[in-house]
Amino acid sequence: MAEIELSSLAHSYHASPSAPDDYAIRQINHIWEQGGAYALLGPSGCGKSTLLNIISGLLSPSEGHVRFDGKEVNHLSPAERNIAQVFQFPVVYDTMTVYDNLAFPLRNLGKDKASIDQRVREIAAALELDSELMRKANNLSADDKQKVSMGRGLVRDDVSAILLDEPLTVIDPSLKWKLRRQLKRLHQQFNITMVLVTHDQLEASTFADKIAVMYQGQIVQNGSPQELFEQPAHTFVGYFIGSPGMNFIEVSLDNGCADFGGLSLPLDASVYSAAVNLSSQQTKLGIRPEFVRLYEQPKKGTFEARVTNVENLGAYKIVTIELAGKRLKARIEEDDWVPTDYVYAGFPQQWLKVYADDYLVTVA
Amino acid sequence: MSLTFNNVSRVVNGLAHIDDVSMSFSAGSFNVLLGRTLSGKTSLMRLMAGLDKPDSGQILMHGDDLSDVPVQRRNVSMVYQQFINYPHLSVFDNIASPLRVARKPASVINRKVKEIASLLHIDEFLTRMPLDLSGGQQQRTAMARALVKDASLILFDEPLVNLDYKLREELRTELRELFKESKTVVVYATTEPGEALALGGVTSLLHQGKMIQSGAAHEVYTQPDNMIAAELFSEPSLNMLEASDYQHPVGKLLAIRPEHVALSAYQDNDLKLELIVDVAEISGSETFLHMRKQGQHQQEIIARLRGVHHHQSGDLVTVYFPQSKLFCFDADGNTLVNNSKKGQRKANNARSKVSTVAISENSSEAKING
Repeated sequence: MAEIELSSLAHSYHASPSAPDDYAIRQINHIWEQGGAYALLGPSGCGKSTLLNIISGLLSPSEGHVRFDGKEVNHLSPAERNIAQVFQFPVVYDTMTVYDNLAFPLRNLGKDKASIDQRVREIAAALELDSELMRKANNLSADDKQKVSMGRGLVRDDVSAILLDEPLTVIDPSLKWKLRRQLKRLHQQFNITMVLVTHDQLEASTFADKIAVMYQGQIVQNGSPQELFEQPAHTFVGYFIGSPGMNFIEVSLDNGCADFGGLSLPLDASVYSAAVNLSSQQTKLGIRPEFVRLYEQPKKGTFEARVTNVENLGAYKIVTIELAGKRLKARIEEDDWVPTDYVYAGFPQQWLKVYADDYLVTVA
Repeated sequence: MSLTFNNVSRVVNGLAHIDDVSMSFSAGSFNVLLGRTLSGKTSLMRLMAGLDKPDSGQILMHGDDLSDVPVQRRNVSMVYQQFINYPHLSVFDNIASPLRVARKPASVINRKVKEIASLLHIDEFLTRMPLDLSGGQQQRTAMARALVKDASLILFDEPLVNLDYKLREELRTELRELFKESKTVVVYATTEPGEALALGGVTSLLHQGKMIQSGAAHEVYTQPDNMIAAELFSEPSLNMLEASDYQHPVGKLLAIRPEHVALSAYQDNDLKLELIVDVAEISGSETFLHMRKQGQHQQEIIARLRGVHHHQSGDLVTVYFPQSKLFCFDADGNTLVNNSKKGQRKANNARSKVSTVAISENSSEAKING
């Protein structure tokens, strides 16, 4: 088991890369500590798979270092790195029983029968596969097969880490919940570094203690689910986490306020001065739909807005409003008052975030 | 154009893939088929497309039996879960292919392809080959091809399932916009309750080849006819309780959706439970609290709570089930009283309804259909 360190890591599929766009991975410095539950989250094409292949050794990075427990592994083959990988589609030996599938990596290592038996049963119990041990793998459901794949990754106690590449994609939504929980429990039980690669924010946040959000070959934020939701460090995180994503409005800063379309929103004084000092090209105001307040009557600090759409999503509704020519979304709960035509919108200062050239303005 | 199913069944190897389905889709309607994997969604769509024939019953298109409607007059498009494009043709030629088959003039083809490509934000990729594009762009190409020919019936079979959820969110909104003014009958199959709600329109629930309920999406969500309907529209799973364990006057089984379980009291007559926390899954905007009753390991109660709630495994919590959100089912799983129907009405109103039903001896008489 190991700590995984990425140092000044960059990778390009071009022979002689020059522009930043030529890089699939751009300058990543990152540490996954031993025993942690991590997720690597990002849209398709953000470089997740490239990064995963660099860690497992399937791909050699064009620049930088990969270290396991401080030792450089750039030159080591995938086998020598001792990384277990679980893929999107279950990889099992169909003609073997569940037991033999799980025992396979241990038999390859030449372990004795008794210790193999003990370990296989331990893993099977953790995965709730104990009653399936003597069944042939090809008779299993998709989710049981995927559990066997995971089990094979876990069965060796000498692996450095387990990389899970979108392992829940093929699982029926109603079962995903269960499998995700099981994954989490396995992690707690076996104290092994696990990195889950996914484009699903819910999957990432419910499994991992820390999520690294990848965008255009970079890790733009590494934080807890709560941090990513409440303090998105980059506009992409604001957009990608949350459904719908964060509202963004381009603003100009003046006199302690963020101005747009003739409206002025007072900002927190220290945020304002920090933002002004950055002299950025572009300033945006961000607020999550969950934090926009809608009122029937005008209140201090609210603005009249036009309601353009109300989407009923069962337990909540998403209201689209138009304010000074900008469209914003607000979330209201199932039994809340439902606005029509006009509404008064409030933006609690605590949840108003300022972004200078897409990065969050923070106060030291 | 309209499409009607009259008591349609299809049996394959002795198994009823479609079991006595009757439904009707009118011109311009947006219809969602919601059901688990293998519930019959694809089988139903294949029947609609005329790819399979029913073993019994009738499928009517514009009032004519589908088998009598010539293939070219059926004018059906289908978009599949897998991105299906011609790999050797450019994006432009992929989209243009149905128009070329229909022998449209080049100027019309050029205009229509560009129109639909810009609508789906793939206009800048028209000269590229499909396999050089991202999954989302490939699926947009397949969609554009289905949309370009102005089909009178478009079938979407879980078209977004292989895409990341942000793309799904965008494409869903685009789809709804696209068909707002259209006369096309749209049928969209999905396994996800959230997607059915987001798409809106008419939702039909499929279960084991049967159509078990149909209606406006949020109506089916708030007023399920039975336990299966309630469960199909629940993510994560519905929380189930035995009515007798709570001296509840109505029904055999009680159920509540995870999003309606609360950590604070809503009304005096809420059901109140003491539970032990198993795990708290924090998504950032929400917390999924998985809990169990003391001494009961099998049955899990899940609360989907707004905001961040930190709880350790083993913590004791009190949770509340508001009566207005509780579903009551009889021994056969049929809905007895649909409290959610009354939505925001006063709780005592709901209470009087409950007692009326409790007096009634014949539960089937008391059944209120959604």
